[in-house]
This record gives sequence, structure tokens and C-alpha cells, in this order.
Amino acid sequence: MTPLAGFLLVAALLFAIGLAGALTRRNAILVLIGIELMLNAANLNLIAFWRYSPHPEALTGMMFAIFSIAVAAAEAAVGLGLVISIHRHAHTTDLDQMNRMKG
Amino acid sequence: MQATISFTPQLAASPITGILWLIPAVPIVASGITALFKQPQRKAAATLSIGTLSFSLLLSLVAFVHVVSGWAHGIAVRETVNFTWIRVGAANVDLGWILDPLSAIMLVMVSFVGLLIFIYSVGYMAHDENYTRFFCFLSLFAGAMLGVVISNSILLLFMNWELVGLTSYLLIGFWYQKPSAAAAAKKAFITTRVGDIFFLLGIVWLFAQTGTLLFYNHGAGSLEGWALAGLLAQPAALGLTAAGAIGLLIFAGAAGKSGQVPLHVWLPDAMEGPTPVSALIHAATMVAAGVYLIARVYPLMQAGALTGGTTTALTVVTWVGASTAVFAALIAVAQNDIKRILAYSTVSQLGYMMAGLGLGGVAVGMFHLITHAFFKALLFLGAGSVIHGCHEEQDVRRMGGLKVDMPLTFITYAIGMLALCGFPLLFSGFWSKDGILEAAQHWSVAKTPFYMLVFGVLLTAFYMTRQVSYVFFGYNRGHKTVHESPAVMTVPLTILAFFAMALGAIGTPAWPWFRAFLEGRAASFNLHGFEEPGLLALMATSSLVVFLGLGLGWRLYGNHTPKPEAPDALEKAVPWIWAVLRDKFYVDELYGVTVIAFYAWWARVADWFDRRVWGGVVAGVAWSFGLWAQLNRFLDTNVVDGGFDKGCEELSTSGGLLARVQNGRVQTYLRILALAVVALVAILIWSSRP
Amino acid sequence: MSFVFYLVSAMAVAGALAAVLLKNTVHCALALTVAFAGLALLFLDLDAQFAGFAQILVYIGAVAILIVFAILLTRGSETPKDGVYSRNWLAGLAIAAAVFSVLGWAVLQSAWTLPHETAVPTVTVHDIGDALVGRYVLPLEIVALLLTAATIGAVIVAMHEKGGAK
Repeated sequence: MTPLAGFLLVAALLFAIGLAGALTRRNAILVLIGIELMLNAANLNLIAFWRYSPHPEALTGMMFAIFSIAVAAAEAAVGLGLVISIHRHAHTTDLDQMNRMKG
Repeated sequence: MQATISFTPQLAASPITGILWLIPAVPIVASGITALFKQPQRKAAATLSIGTLSFSLLLSLVAFVHVVSGWAHGIAVRETVNFTWIRVGAANVDLGWILDPLSAIMLVMVSFVGLLIFIYSVGYMAHDENYTRFFCFLSLFAGAMLGVVISNSILLLFMNWELVGLTSYLLIGFWYQKPSAAAAAKKAFITTRVGDIFFLLGIVWLFAQTGTLLFYNHGAGSLEGWALAGLLAQPAALGLTAAGAIGLLIFAGAAGKSGQVPLHVWLPDAMEGPTPVSALIHAATMVAAGVYLIARVYPLMQAGALTGGTTTALTVVTWVGASTAVFAALIAVAQNDIKRILAYSTVSQLGYMMAGLGLGGVAVGMFHLITHAFFKALLFLGAGSVIHGCHEEQDVRRMGGLKVDMPLTFITYAIGMLALCGFPLLFSGFWSKDGILEAAQHWSVAKTPFYMLVFGVLLTAFYMTRQVSYVFFGYNRGHKTVHESPAVMTVPLTILAFFAMALGAIGTPAWPWFRAFLEGRAASFNLHGFEEPGLLALMATSSLVVFLGLGLGWRLYGNHTPKPEAPDALEKAVPWIWAVLRDKFYVDELYGVTVIAFYAWWARVADWFDRRVWGGVVAGVAWSFGLWAQLNRFLDTNVVDGGFDKGCEELSTSGGLLARVQNGRVQTYLRILALAVVALVAILIWSSRP
Repeated sequence: MSFVFYLVSAMAVAGALAAVLLKNTVHCALALTVAFAGLALLFLDLDAQFAGFAQILVYIGAVAILIVFAILLTRGSETPKDGVYSRNWLAGLAIAAAVFSVLGWAVLQSAWTLPHETAVPTVTVHDIGDALVGRYVLPLEIVALLLTAATIGAVIVAMHEKGGAK
């Protein structure tokens, strides 16, 4: 197994764990934690591919990852702000109880 | 027997012929205008009718003078104006009018007698509330009758003929609230209709055979040489030629209108109408239309006759006429209604006219027609005056002694009665009837009509004396006082009385102006005319017969005053003969049992058929439609509606089911997303395997 | 693959597992921090020094703190009555497992096409800076806009409303 494959597998594992967390935990913040993990796994993928790409001096992967970090930070801020706002209205962060969009 | 005359037609119609169509048109238009009047506008209606008929009389006189002046100059006037009304493929439907001696005389007679009767009606119908309607119908009748007279196209004649029949119906049934009047009108219309069917057949056959509807058309008309030759060459059934067969068919129509046996049954019942109607239509003019028709188509009736001989058609006409003359006269003897006696007398005299046409030709029959018009109108108007004076009493057994109370009526009535009987020399009826008797005497086929006609003269004198005795002599058997009629009624009586006497002058053998005029010959006053062999003997014979009849009548009835309920003098003598005569030889009853009963049965069959069969079909169709509608409703409710509802329900249910996917929880959505991604990636990887 | 790789990977995975499985939310946040750290070390192992330090700065230094703050601000009614896992947690687990298996399968399928060894790239901050204002200036500006919007948005969303809407 190549080193790249190893990194990719780790990234896949982290992604799966993050997804599991997002899908199974009740607390909304923990869903956001899961999402952060997923984003990080993707970043790892990007860096790994950049490292083993034919032209690393093009910096494509690295740039992508940096931008991804920036966006993830912004998204986390907004998401947590939303959670706080929801908590203020519903007095809970339990996702199972938030079914107002029920059809 | 007259010889066939050929007229030289003038090439151009004179101005009067050009406007001849106004003579019938103006009264018809007046009738139309009067129909729009309301009942209270009586004066306007009467003025319009009398005015327009006077105008027609004026024009008729102008036309008559024109023809007479032509005759005086030796020109035989026959002017026609023809035009094409409809073109159907190659066939033309032509209409037109004709001015010749025959139509000129008829025009004057119809309009003159009609005018007098119109004036009389002003007085007679003064108390009737439907005065305006009466004059409307009278005008219509006058116009139609004048139309019949001037028609040169057999189709136009038929149209006016039908119109005359219609107005007769309207006028007989004028007092339609009376059931007997309504029934009489219906009877008149239907009986004449029977004759008209044959007439129409004759018209169609004539048109088909000759190709033209016009009588005279510069040599191409159906009564002119070429057409007649063609008709003679064509054989029809029973040994007749087409000419004879068509002639008989046309005679059938004339027989219906002129009340010949067996189609006479409507005329006595037609007395239900007002007396002026009886005078105008059923004495002077309409019933004369049949005689006029035969006179008009005489060349057709006579076609194929050898000189001095006669044709089958004319023989039939003669026999029917003679039979009618005697038959009706017999019935008249036993009637008690003043108008009914005159009605049967009319039928009898029409028989004389027909016989005259058949035996002696156009002039003989037409002369009697003209004289009869005047004295019969006079008699009817006189009867009307009597009825009016006796306060609507019509039974002669309840009258009597009126010669004292109504002298003017009596005198004029007596003049009319004597003219009808044919009292010698002074009265026109004598000359006209003698013309017929003379022709009968010289008839080549048989002598029987002569004896029948002479017997008829006897009967005529007898029943008229009976009537006059009952009405005017003796004492008043009625319950009310009698008064003379107003001048508006007696003046026409006087005028007619004058003509009843004076008209004889134009037909005497000394000066046979009438015959000469009609035949286009010259005539001069010549007492040697009386020297014809057998003529004086005949005159003596007929006079004797008349005196015999008058004497018998006077013997039995004169100046007696029998009670109304007492049996008639003749009845006492020969009761069973009397019964047969009084019941009109049971002809009506015979018809009732045969024709009418059959017709009623047929009507019942048709009704049953209509109700059961057609009605059944219609009901069946309706039922099937109902069934169809039910089926549709079932389909609509259960299949369409139900299906639709079911479908919607399914949709709703599945929608509900699907909606459960949206449980509002984010994690669920996320899970599904993730699943989808997994699937997609798997597919991607799978498809990109080397 | 070196021993360092295995060690650091294990650390990251353990931290991630802990972040997802622990009951106490604060413990989860801290475990997350460990995971972030592990990832940063992995970046360093991959010769992406800038990315690694950026990871430490941003994620551990800002995002994790933010998460802790959020946890602390939404406490109170946080006693879980029915447990910390949602009702159908098994379905979620299964799906995550499916995802991992698919991804793993993809990697293993194409393992021989991946490059084995390349030269170590020399990337300086100068190069990165050049790239940022050169080739990637547009994304840079857009991210700047995005960050501004996100900041303002977060403030507005989380702000106490006038009149106190509770």
C-alpha cells in the first residue's frame, strides 16, 4: 500500500466517524462537531493528493485546503450562532425534538 | 247546337285589358286593409268595401263597353295579357288574364250584383257586432270571384277558385258560435273539396298533356286548335279521349262548386250564413263559378264533336244537370224554411244551367246564369227583408199576410218569383229557360232531358207559389208585428226587380243579342226570329206548364192560413211521398252511413295507429334514451366520478405516505443524502473499473 | 509508511472517536481539539507546513474555542432524558459504515494507480503569498467577503432581539 493510500484511508475513516457523529447524536452542536471532522478529513485528502501530485509547485491542493479552512471557520461561526439562537427559542438543542418542518 | 267559333285575337292588348287585373286586386287589397280595422270602425270598413267594389264595377263597365264597341264594329275581341310567374327547368308556370265577351259579361254581373248586395248588407248587418269582419270577408270574396272570371291561366283560376271556397267557408260560418253554422261551413268546404280534387287532377293532366297553363296564348293555349288536336289524339280510359277525360274531371270540380247531385248536400246547409251571403255567394255568383268554368273550357268539352253532334263530356254534363234540376225541385216542394226552399231552388236552377251548357252551348247556359243571378239575388234579399221584418223568424209556417205589412218587399219578391217560374214574356226567366228547353228539344242523343226539364218547370212554379202563399198571403201566423225594411234594403230590391224583368229583352229570339255577342256574330232586331219551327209551340207549352204549376199551388195553398203545427196540404194528400221529399231523399243520411262512417272509422284506425304504433315508437325511443341516460349516470357516478375520487384518494394516501419522509428532522435528511452519495459513488467506481 | 504516521493517525482517530462517542459535550469538544492536533501533525508529515500551522491556528485556536463557548451558552436544559444518541442511531451508524466501506473500496481499488514517491516540495510562505495575490486573488477576495458576511450574520443571528424575545 502506498503512503498516499494510507493517508486516504485515514481520511476516509475520519470522514466516516464524523458522519456517524452527525447522524447519530442528538445535540445540534455535536452534529456541527461531526461536520468539522468531515471537513478536516476532506482537507487531509486534499493535502495528501497535493503532496503526491506531479506538480506540487502549482500549489493547487494547498490553496484549496487553506481556503477550505477559512470557509469552515466562517461556517462554524454562523452555525453555532444559529444553534444559540435556536436554543433561545426552543430551550433545547435536541434535534429529535425539532420537527417543525414536518410534512 | 252552336258551331265552333274561332276568334281573331287582337295583337296588342288595349289599355283596359292592361289594367284589368285591378278589378279583382283592388277589392282584395281593401279586404286586407279592412282586416286591420278594429270592430268599431264600421263606417270605414263598409265605405272601403263598397267604394272599391264600385271602382271595380266602373272598370268592368269600361271593359264591357270596350268589348261591345268592338263587337259593334265586327271585331271579335279576345285580348289576353300573359306573364311567366315561375320557371321550373324547361316548364313555365304562366299566369294571365283575358278580356272577351264571356268575361266582360261576368265582370259586370258579378260586380253589379255584388255591389247591390254590399249596400243591402249595410242595412241587414247593422245590428251585428262583427260588421267589420263581414265586410272584410265580402271584399275578399268579391275580389276572388272577379279573379276567377278574368283568369286566362287555369292555375290562376284554380287559385282564385280556392280563395272563393275559403271565403265561402268563412262567410257561411260567420256566426261561428252557432254549432250548426260551424258544421255547415265545414260541410261546404269539404264537399267542394271532393270536387276540387278531381279539378286539380284535370289541371295537372291538362298541363302535362299540353305543356301550357294558359287558355289562350296566340295559338299556343290549351283551348286553341293545336293543343286540342293533341288532346283528341290521346286516348284515355273507357273509350274517352284525353280531352273528354279532362273535361269530365273539370266538370267534377264544377259540380262540387255548383252543387250538382251528388255534391249538392252543402248548399242547403249553407243557409246558416247571413242572408246577404246566401244571396251573393249561393245564388248569384259563387255557385255560378262552376257554370262559368264549364263555359270557359267549353272548347275542351266540345272537342271532337261533329257538327250537330255532341261529346261524351257534354252528355254527362247534360244528364247530371237535368237530374239535379228535377231532384232538387222535388225536395224544395217539402221544405219549411224560407231560405232552404230558395237554396234547393238554386240547386235546381244550376242544374238547368249545366243542362243548358250541355244541350245548347255557352250562350244558352250563360244567359240563364245571368238572369238567374239577378232574380235569385232578388229573392234572397227579399227573403232577408222578410226575415228582418219578422224579427229573425225563418219558418214559413209562422209567417203570413205580409203583403199588407211589407208591400214593397211583396211586389219585388213577386217579380222575382215570377221570373224564376218563367212566367211568359215579361220576365227574363222565361226567355232564358225557354232557350234551354229549346235546346233540349233538339238534342240529338235523347229526349228524356227535355221531359225532365219540363217537369222541373212545373215543380218550380208549384213550390214557389207554395212559398209565396205561406209568406205573403193569408193571415199573420207569427206572434209579433211586422214592419217594412229600411230603404237601404228595399232600394237594391227594386233595382234587381227591374233587371229581373228587363234582362229578358237581350235574349229573345227576336233580338238574340246575348248569343250573338258571345259568339261574335252580328245581331239585329227581327221579329221573324219567332218564326223558327216549333218555337211558338214550345213557348206555348212552357207557358201552359207554368200556369198549371201556379194553379196547383194556389189551389192547395193560396190564401189559406193553416196553423203552424198542422200538416201541409200536400202532406195530407200523399204523406209518404212528402216524408221522402222533406227528408231530402235521405242523401245526407246515406253519406253519413257510408262516406262519413268510413271516414270516422278510418280516423279511428289512424288514431290508434298513431297512438299505439308511432306513439309506441316514440315512447320506445324515449325509454331507450332514458335507459341510456341511466347508464350514463351510472358510468358517470361510479366509473368516472368514482374512478376519479379513488384516484384522488390514492394520490392523497400516497402523498400522505410520502410526506412521512419529511419528518422535519435534519438528521434524517442527512442520512438520506449520505445514502444517495454512497450509491452514486458506488456506481461511479463500478463503472470506471478497468 | 512510517511509525510517525501510524502514531499520529491513531491519535487523530482516537480523538475523533472520543469526540463523537462521549456523553459530556465539553469532553467531546476537547477530544475534538486532540483530533485537530493530530491532523495538524499529519499535515506537517505531508510537508504542508503552512497548512499545518494554519490548521492549528484556526481550528484549534478558534473553532474549538467557539464550540466550547457555544456548548457553554446552550447549557441548562441539557440533561439528556432519552440518552445522547438519536432514536434511529443504528441507521446512522450503518450509513456511516457504508460510506466508509465505499470510500475504502474506492481507495483500495485504485491503489496501484497512485504514485509511490515523489520529491519533497519546497514551499515557502513567499510562494503562498504570491499565489494568493496572483493566481488565486479572486477566491481570496470572495473569501474575504464571505468572512465579513459570516461575521455580521453570526452576530445578528445570535444577538438578543429587542424587547427580549425568548
